[in-house]
Amino acid sequence: MANLLHIVVCAGIVPDPLQTLEPVTGPTGPGLKNEMVLPAVLDPWAASALYEAANLAAKNPGSKLWLVSLGPKAKLQQVMMTVAQKACFELVPIDGPIGGFPDAHSTAAVLAETIAALPGLDRAKLLLFGGWESATRGAGVTLQLIGERLGITDQFQGVDQIELREDGSLEVLERVEGGKHQVSVCAGTPAVLGWATGNLAEPRNNPQIGMANMRTIMPALQKAKVAKLDANGLRYVSASLPKQQRTTRVVKDLTPDEIAVELVEWIGAE
Amino acid sequence: MSVEATPSEAPEVERQTMEVDFACAGFGPAMGGFLTTLTNAWNENPADPAFESKATPGMPLQVLCYERADDISSGVSGVVTRGQAIRTSFPELNPAEIPMAVEVRSERVMYLLDPVGASRRSLTLRAADAALRAFGRLAGVKDYAFELPWTPAFLNKHGGLVLSIGQFNQWVGSQLMATGLVQIWPGTPVSEPLLSGRRVEGLRLSDQGVEKSGAPADGFMAGMDVRAQLTVVGDGPVGAVGQALDEKLGLPEGHAHREWALGMKFVIELPEGSTLEPGTVWHSFGYPEPEIFGFLYVHPERLVSVGIFVPSWMHDPSRTAYRYLQHYIQHPALWKYLKDGTLRSWGAKSLEESGRHGEPFLSGDGFARIGEGSGSTNMLTGSGVDEAWATGTQLGEAVIELLRAGKPFTKENLATTYEARRRKSWVERGAREAENARNGFQGGVVKGMIGMALAGLTGGKLSLGAHIPPPHKQVRPFAPRSFDGLMLKEAVAVALEDGRPLHDALLSVRGWPEIPFDGRLLVTQQDALLLGGKVQAIPGFADHVVFRDAGLCIACEEKTCIAMCSGQAITLGESGAPVFERERCAHCGACLWNCGQSPDGVHSNIEFRAGAGGLHSAEN
Repeated sequence: MANLLHIVVCAGIVPDPLQTLEPVTGPTGPGLKNEMVLPAVLDPWAASALYEAANLAAKNPGSKLWLVSLGPKAKLQQVMMTVAQKACFELVPIDGPIGGFPDAHSTAAVLAETIAALPGLDRAKLLLFGGWESATRGAGVTLQLIGERLGITDQFQGVDQIELREDGSLEVLERVEGGKHQVSVCAGTPAVLGWATGNLAEPRNNPQIGMANMRTIMPALQKAKVAKLDANGLRYVSASLPKQQRTTRVVKDLTPDEIAVELVEWIGAE
Repeated sequence: MSVEATPSEAPEVERQTMEVDFACAGFGPAMGGFLTTLTNAWNENPADPAFESKATPGMPLQVLCYERADDISSGVSGVVTRGQAIRTSFPELNPAEIPMAVEVRSERVMYLLDPVGASRRSLTLRAADAALRAFGRLAGVKDYAFELPWTPAFLNKHGGLVLSIGQFNQWVGSQLMATGLVQIWPGTPVSEPLLSGRRVEGLRLSDQGVEKSGAPADGFMAGMDVRAQLTVVGDGPVGAVGQALDEKLGLPEGHAHREWALGMKFVIELPEGSTLEPGTVWHSFGYPEPEIFGFLYVHPERLVSVGIFVPSWMHDPSRTAYRYLQHYIQHPALWKYLKDGTLRSWGAKSLEESGRHGEPFLSGDGFARIGEGSGSTNMLTGSGVDEAWATGTQLGEAVIELLRAGKPFTKENLATTYEARRRKSWVERGAREAENARNGFQGGVVKGMIGMALAGLTGGKLSLGAHIPPPHKQVRPFAPRSFDGLMLKEAVAVALEDGRPLHDALLSVRGWPEIPFDGRLLVTQQDALLLGGKVQAIPGFADHVVFRDAGLCIACEEKTCIAMCSGQAITLGESGAPVFERERCAHCGACLWNCGQSPDGVHSNIEFRAGAGGLHSAEN
């Protein structure tokens, strides 16, 4: 018999990583140059969580799936056009600031408060999903903080797979060092699962799903509550992008082994 | 005569169907104009019964637009436009609200001399160059550039707008979607129109979960049929829907798609302290080859779009646009401003330059065509965005008129509303003036410039005549017993020695200096895909570039498809036939008209189908 689940996915939006990203420091702290004009995507880690959630909800008929996202309303609308054809969900938008630098505690407080107030949510059946990290800032604490504020003590991070058993318990595979997984069994809901990449491929675009989702997404966006996030004294000393090393050289008459040796030397020298 | 393209391996499958009111293919300036006009009218009175959906009674019109690119901001064009139609739609337009937009403040037209000595110039041009060099500064020559004392009125865009089409599309799209009337779905290619006889009944989306050949694979999902009372086709000059309509319905008598150009550009961040003012616009001709026109548009925040147009009438099969662009930006007149800059983005697109000669049937039962694919680009003024936007607004007004009159979208009704508006408009007047303006170029650059001046200065009353062959016949074969042939042999040796593409080697043999790669502004073409172009294709879609007859490809000496491929997505395979990698394709469509082979005397040997992915740059 299928379990009836209430799955809430917390998913932020980030600039499309294929864009040219340039850190700048403004009057309100660090950010990205022209971030509002860069196209946004659902945070890749959180996107994995959404697809896993949709898959789980589909396998357990009667389950409900909410997508809670905090960001500028216009950007959320844009991102929905690339996501809403992939999975059925109910969007809960929160109109807030852009960027990966707001205080995680403030963000968690707003998200937890929103989730707690979701009409029809049965917290005993709650699975709180999200990314275990964020593409904008890898603090990886927001989901955990939300769980704590909601009083959920069973928390898992770096999740690649879960199996929901008939008795309602969950077998969870979390990433650990050395490319291995730690296998845990959780008695059941409620639980927090911070997803790594998962094992599912990105779902295909299904126009009917998109059309159905849009009937609720656009009204939800119009009614999105506005959230102001407090800095809580948070101060950034510096922000920088990971350094990109590129060397292009055309070689010929080298064997694969010789190229491999050269690559190893190059990597070692960096 | 028609040709059977290589059949897709996708079997006949049962497809899901969705009913909407308007199904739209492609989101660009033309579709922006159409949807803006529609939503503006709806916003005035959302309760207007004319806007009630027939597909979903009780709801507003169901308007769905499908765009191939992964985001609506992935448009490719830094443009300068007079912007009159755009300003009509947005009377309060403030360019500062659109990132990278600025009003045109100064304009120059320059003839560029060849500082390298490798450009293939005719004797006439060489004589003109010698005269200009001899008189030097007296003639106004500076940095190997001769500036025309004035900008011809037909080229003048003063007071217009410098735009990034990616940013403009994003700005327009956000406003459209915020209305709630329109849904624009990126990452969703449309494979073909749904035809019943000559009536268009909607759009078929591309299959997903297929192999390169189109055969079903894991996660196969047949493309959905989206049925609509009106199908709006704005998928550009190489769009699959427009091509299919041309194929099935034919073109009006005497019309053909025969003139093309590849526009390729860089977005460069200028060095600190640059003296180039936002709103500066330069047009150039004469370099790197006489046939190649160039441009430089300065955006706010020290960004500049700089690029070239490589036309089909260049004839020479070595059309390596990327390398030519690198030589172009190193011309002394440009390099003095660009040399310490940083490449931020790169992109390319095909331009349909046939103008009215390439105009398809603008409307028919259940469909209307707008934008560049409908032949709206004005080849005399070098302007397409504003014209495209205008055709969209004309269709929008026509559709509103028909909705309010309760009339169906038949061929007759669309002709008396949409086509009639277009024929009476400045778009049509401009198109007629420009109709034969470029004829002279088939006979060379000098003749072409004379013909363009004649048409431009007489409002199209005078022009030169020309016979323009199909694009595949405009690719001049290599002549093995000529001087060029000797160069080709030498180039083959260089290519084999260096392992580089033949056409690149040929440019070196012809005397073009090697590019001094600096890893910042001058980068290899493959690096440009990663640093600037950001080309990507998600798995699960079929190859959209298909070689119809591999035997013809193997026998082809020129293989212009490889030379012209913007993303080096077409390379030489071991069998001697070209190989296509969709993950590197920028979707410029240049291969479609740069193939010098034809299996039937009408079509080229390359088919360009619907495909997903492509550029991911919002700055283009």
